[in-house]
Amino acid sequence: MMLLDCPFCGPRDENEFRYGGQAGVAYPANPAGLSDEDWAAYLFVRDNPRGWFRERWFHALGCRTWFTVERHTVTHEIRKAP
Amino acid sequence: MTHPDFLWRDPDPKPAYDVVIVGGGGHGLATAHYLARDHGITDVAVLEMGWLAGGNMARNTTIIRSNYLWDESAALYEHSLKLWEGLSDELGYDLQFSQRGVLNLAHTLGDVREGRRRVNANRLNGVDAEWLDAAEVAEFCPIVNVSGNARYPVLGGTLQRRGGIAKHDHVAWALARKADACGIDLIQGCEVTGFEIAHGRVRAVETTRGRIAAGKVALAAAGHTSVLAAKAGLRLPLQSHPLQALVSELLEPVLGCVVMSNAVHVYVSQAHKGELVMGAGIDPYNSYGQRGAFHVIEAQMAAALELFPIFSRARVLRTWAGIVDVSPDASPIIGRTPVDGLYVNAGWGTGGFKATPGAGWVYAHTIARDEPHPLAEPFALDRFTSGALVDEHGAAAVAH
Amino acid sequence: MSRLPSGGLIDRSVTLPFRFDGRPLHGHPGDTLASALLASGVRVAGRSVNLGRPRGIFTAGPEEPNALVRIGADPMLPATAVELHAGLEAWSLRGKGRLDPSAPDERRCDKGYLHCEVLVVGGGPAGLAAALAAGESGVRVILVDDQPRLGGDLLGSRVRLDGAPALDWVASAESRLAALPEVRVFTRTTAIGCYDHGYVVAVERRPRGERLWHFRAGRVVLATGAHERSLPFPGNDLPGVMLAAAARTYVNRYGVRPGNRAVVYACADSGYEAARDLAAAGVEIAAVVDPRSGGEVVTGTVTGTVTGTVPGGDGTLAAVLIGDRRVEADLLAVAGGWNPAVHLFGQAQGRLRFDDTLRAFVPAGPARTVTPVGACRGLYSTAQAIEDGYRSSLTEFRVPESDEEVLRAPAAYWGELDPDPTAFVDLQRDVTVADVAKATGAGMRSVEHVKRFTTASTGADQGKTSGALVVGVLSELLGAAPGEVGTTTFRPPYTPVSFATLAGRDRGALSDPVRTTAMHGAHLARGAVFEDVGQWKRPRYFPRDGETMTEAVRRECAAARTAVAAMDASTLGKIDIRGADAGAFLDRIYTNVFSTLPVGACRYGLMCTADGMVFDDGTTSRLGERHYLMTTTTGNAAAVLDWLEEWHQTEWPSLDVRFTSVTDHWATVVVAGPRARTVIAAVAPGALGLAFMRCAETGVLGVPGRVFRISFSGEPAYEVNVPWPYGRALWETVLDLGAVPYGTETMHVLRAEKGFPIVGQETDGTVTPQDLGMAWIVSRRKPDFVGKRSHARPDTARTGRKRLVGLLTEDPSVCVEEGAQLVPEGERGPMLGHVTSSYPSVALGRSIGLALARDVRPGDRLTAISGDTATPVRVVSPVFYDPDNLRRDGDPADDAAVRVPPGIRGRAESPGAAFAERFEAAGGKRVREVAFVPIWEVRGEDPGTGMRLGPDWWLVTGEAEPEPGWVDVSGQRTVIEITGPGALDVLVTGCPIDLHPSVFTGHAQTLLGKAPVIIQRFGDGYRVYVRSSYTNYVGEWLIDALEG
Repeated sequence: MMLLDCPFCGPRDENEFRYGGQAGVAYPANPAGLSDEDWAAYLFVRDNPRGWFRERWFHALGCRTWFTVERHTVTHEIRKAP
Repeated sequence: MTHPDFLWRDPDPKPAYDVVIVGGGGHGLATAHYLARDHGITDVAVLEMGWLAGGNMARNTTIIRSNYLWDESAALYEHSLKLWEGLSDELGYDLQFSQRGVLNLAHTLGDVREGRRRVNANRLNGVDAEWLDAAEVAEFCPIVNVSGNARYPVLGGTLQRRGGIAKHDHVAWALARKADACGIDLIQGCEVTGFEIAHGRVRAVETTRGRIAAGKVALAAAGHTSVLAAKAGLRLPLQSHPLQALVSELLEPVLGCVVMSNAVHVYVSQAHKGELVMGAGIDPYNSYGQRGAFHVIEAQMAAALELFPIFSRARVLRTWAGIVDVSPDASPIIGRTPVDGLYVNAGWGTGGFKATPGAGWVYAHTIARDEPHPLAEPFALDRFTSGALVDEHGAAAVAH
Repeated sequence: MSRLPSGGLIDRSVTLPFRFDGRPLHGHPGDTLASALLASGVRVAGRSVNLGRPRGIFTAGPEEPNALVRIGADPMLPATAVELHAGLEAWSLRGKGRLDPSAPDERRCDKGYLHCEVLVVGGGPAGLAAALAAGESGVRVILVDDQPRLGGDLLGSRVRLDGAPALDWVASAESRLAALPEVRVFTRTTAIGCYDHGYVVAVERRPRGERLWHFRAGRVVLATGAHERSLPFPGNDLPGVMLAAAARTYVNRYGVRPGNRAVVYACADSGYEAARDLAAAGVEIAAVVDPRSGGEVVTGTVTGTVTGTVPGGDGTLAAVLIGDRRVEADLLAVAGGWNPAVHLFGQAQGRLRFDDTLRAFVPAGPARTVTPVGACRGLYSTAQAIEDGYRSSLTEFRVPESDEEVLRAPAAYWGELDPDPTAFVDLQRDVTVADVAKATGAGMRSVEHVKRFTTASTGADQGKTSGALVVGVLSELLGAAPGEVGTTTFRPPYTPVSFATLAGRDRGALSDPVRTTAMHGAHLARGAVFEDVGQWKRPRYFPRDGETMTEAVRRECAAARTAVAAMDASTLGKIDIRGADAGAFLDRIYTNVFSTLPVGACRYGLMCTADGMVFDDGTTSRLGERHYLMTTTTGNAAAVLDWLEEWHQTEWPSLDVRFTSVTDHWATVVVAGPRARTVIAAVAPGALGLAFMRCAETGVLGVPGRVFRISFSGEPAYEVNVPWPYGRALWETVLDLGAVPYGTETMHVLRAEKGFPIVGQETDGTVTPQDLGMAWIVSRRKPDFVGKRSHARPDTARTGRKRLVGLLTEDPSVCVEEGAQLVPEGERGPMLGHVTSSYPSVALGRSIGLALARDVRPGDRLTAISGDTATPVRVVSPVFYDPDNLRRDGDPADDAAVRVPPGIRGRAESPGAAFAERFEAAGGKRVREVAFVPIWEVRGEDPGTGMRLGPDWWLVTGEAEPEPGWVDVSGQRTVIEITGPGALDVLVTGCPIDLHPSVFTGHAQTLLGKAPVIIQRFGDGYRVYVRSSYTNYVGEWLIDALEG
């Protein structure tokens, strides 16, 4: 049970949150202008590093805020995302 | 159980091989075996960064079944199940393959509908399947609580009688022994650190034990596929998650079949030795830590006791996690990659063990002929672009 | 083997009778089952799992490999960890437990959540010192120890500190800890797992059952001690062979002589300590065998090794072989060296190194916030351990002087690698040196392979005494250093934990929250049969007088089609959406347009996931220029709210739009049928004038309500909403006016007759709106909406995809099973699709079905196959009933109310009303539901009052004057107050956040059990704001907690 530091509620147990995967993947400005390949990449392809990972969490059972942290996918250490 | 006196050599890598398989788990070893057996390709190295079959092969709950919904999946998994049925003989090793039946419980009217739908699809696809009502479930597995006072009462279930379990380690060792006997080098403690790619074609792998030239390179690295693919400049639609499992202490026989419940997140069987082997859903976040969060185990035990009140005093002996590579449609990715000579077999998510022989078979074919085996064709990477997904979330989401 | 006349920590004045394998025996308080067995002369405690060899008690702790017993319903417990009580009945085992369905499990287990700065695991000298050091610095400390009393190894030793018995030092440490208000000590509590971010899970054995503690600590100090190990010589498993420290513990702590004549095998100096203590207790020391030269001279000390044992007639130890010498003995105390108990440290991802001097794996250093101290890191002497524990503090502590000898390095010796079939490395798994050699002979080099090949260390003890031995033997066989061989991975739990302990209170009805509506009590009283929809209990049908479901549904359908019927639709998700950009936002989420919807109008909408597949549907109404109300499917309510918030916060934060769930605030009654207007005329005359797909805020039986003229059946229909407290009264009134109650089954039939798909039944995540034949709802004008781009992908845009069609069986009396697969007429394949819905229809006088199928057209004949049944069917349009929508306006002549019922303002019923008496019975005055107060959720501007729930989100309660934009959620939650000194003790059994009074001074949104709640400090207690639909769950949960 990891401890995630919600920017509003402070540190809370992982199971109060919903995981949101890689951070910083913006919805394309003009989806209609994308090739099928680029659209598929937006839909389905995300980084999956062994190491530090910028990722999103949603405090579903608390303040309902989405936020971004950096977490190490092996040690599970967490640091504030720059 | 008597094991053979000799299993495998511990060779140093040669400078070059026709085929280098990256990943010495069940799929990598099965691929090596079928490359040798069916395609006469034996100048093969299987590179394993840790100990042979020490990843998901050593961590899974050993459930084997083929009752997938869609035609494409049913064909692939049923092919695998047929291979399982002859595998102990083929490999000359008791794999403790036990077709004790896999029961998949339904707890809601939606489960019932989907269960029936799957049973009917399976039967038309030549996969054995039966629908049981709650009373028939209780008859087949008397310790399941089918009373109406459960939080989510059992309304029925699907049964695949040919499904069951096998001893995962024996499977790995049997495949390794065969491959080794064919002259294939199984190289442990050898981590791939890079790929040498020239003019769009893979030439060699860089490893912690030096450069190894390769005619073809085949990834069979499950949860670590993304990390390897990134070294070859590829981004794949895969995410790596912990998948936890646990065993109880040894118990006298109490559960004679495999019971799964997607709705309440439990699957359980009793191994030959006597321990209950159980699994849960994946932990939601990306991780390579081979460990998960304890609340997942707690929730799983609560769910298990709803189904099996008799387990109340059974004790959990050991919990652990594997790293599963999950694809967007809960189906595998098998085939060529944009790099010539580099192949991928990944995305098996929570269900790779049951596919071991089938995956090895189609992957060996794909590598040997440089074209997808017909059974693997629907599972090529381009489905994510076209949208022709093989969505098996219903069949694979939680339980395997 | 006998009880000493005095000494030890047992109470000889009380005799506890017990039975072992049916034999009546007795012991004393303070005994374990194992010590009582030894005191009673029982030497054989069980048989080994594979070979069936007799085995005796080998250890004095949870690491026991041999003496496993069944006690009542407990299939397998180590006798060494079972506290003796009067009447205990234990049965020996042969390595396997048996689950006995007839043995009731009467434990009531629960959970607990506590936070601290420093958590110390282990109450031995190092742990006590660490707890004192931390505690006296003023921080919050939790100390856990698995024994009934503190002291750890000192409980079984005769060490003197500062010239006094070591237990005096323990007692003084204990009293100093007791004086520190922020230090909590848990005995009988085993830490079983050490997880990320200072999370430690522990099992406390309480009289009624176990409590599973979850501790979150800033720092974890592991003072877990060390386990002694044995050596693999032939016959090392005979009953009478025991670890030296265990033998010492039995004489010192339990006042039991574990033998009369002993050989001590002193590969480590703990053997000498055991020899001294055994001798002091009157055990004859026949020999001390030490592979090292220059050892202490005790009676019969020999430099050498034990080479074998000799069993007596009863299979237990009769003599020990030391080279050529045979020494008669009934006890062989083996001191093979120590293994620091690094299990929790390993679980915390701590790195180990092999210490060549200590001959053991020790922590290479701290693991982030987890620090090993004392014997856990190889500091075995008492003074060293105490000093190490103290070292964590800045304050100076004086380390007492100990009378212990300086310990020498243990023998660098793993045994002779004797192929003898009785030279065991793992007693529980019957694994011998020869088995390990066979594994290496087969080519295995990894300790993980050898473990799996031999099964060594996979028993219930998880190799606590054998693991290091396997590594040692393997290193000898491979010619590699033990550090190169390494250990297997340490995995939780440290000791086995019963399933029920892990489930805690989450059993039966509490295993997952049951969500219920305001009308639930009425449904129960009416004998409704329920269906689980997500966590909700929804009435499926309302049987009368022994009706079957078919009969009841037939009657309910007939009422809806010919008269008037009513359904509880409160479970549908309801989301209040406000803001200047609410319409623009909805345009991006729904496939169709909502920004142009007139105020007062309702529109059906579909939403897709980004990959274009149908995700949810429902009706969204425009209540004001900047105000919409969205409805969702019951099962997807939470997911849809998450979805809206995700898109808004992470993609389009500049849009002015806010979302508030009002699912529980509004109780919803659907009134449907050609005579629906007679009921509406009576309950909400202000809504009578509503045109189809229009809504109004209007009085309903004297309370403020909302009425939507929406139909999911094709009949005239109204969704009448009142705040939760009035839901039941509204429902009863509507039924009194002649409406026939109907459930989800009838709803499904009615909508299927109209060809309306149900998300999750007609869809499965692979179906687009176009596949449902709903291209009409997919806007071509909007530049984009979520999912639009995916609809243009080659496979999604192609022709030949499965489409929603209607099906009629050739025999109208036959109803195809849902889930049947469709194939060409008379064939067995290929599969063209499947039957998604199938019902007998009263209105049509025949069966009807819906299906998803490819390459079919109306008129096509197919075969539907389900099980062994093949049913001829014909493809038709999916709209079976009233295709031109002629019925939905009903007959205006019905506008007169049957009669005017009394208003319901006086009939409010709070969500927790049914619990009032039970709360009082279980908790006295400590727990009660607070009387109704108005509650609003406020988003955006700070209202300057209320509880702040999020960055721009407040909950305002009480008699405030609501501002425009405040959302009335008075019915969304109820408030339960818990007061009195025990309030915190109840809450910590289900609330994971830090509720310590110094930390928790305001309020927080979190979990209680499995229910989302807001907890607020209030006076000397707490107020818990519970979603109304979770009140039954939380009420039952609290009663269970109060009774605990």
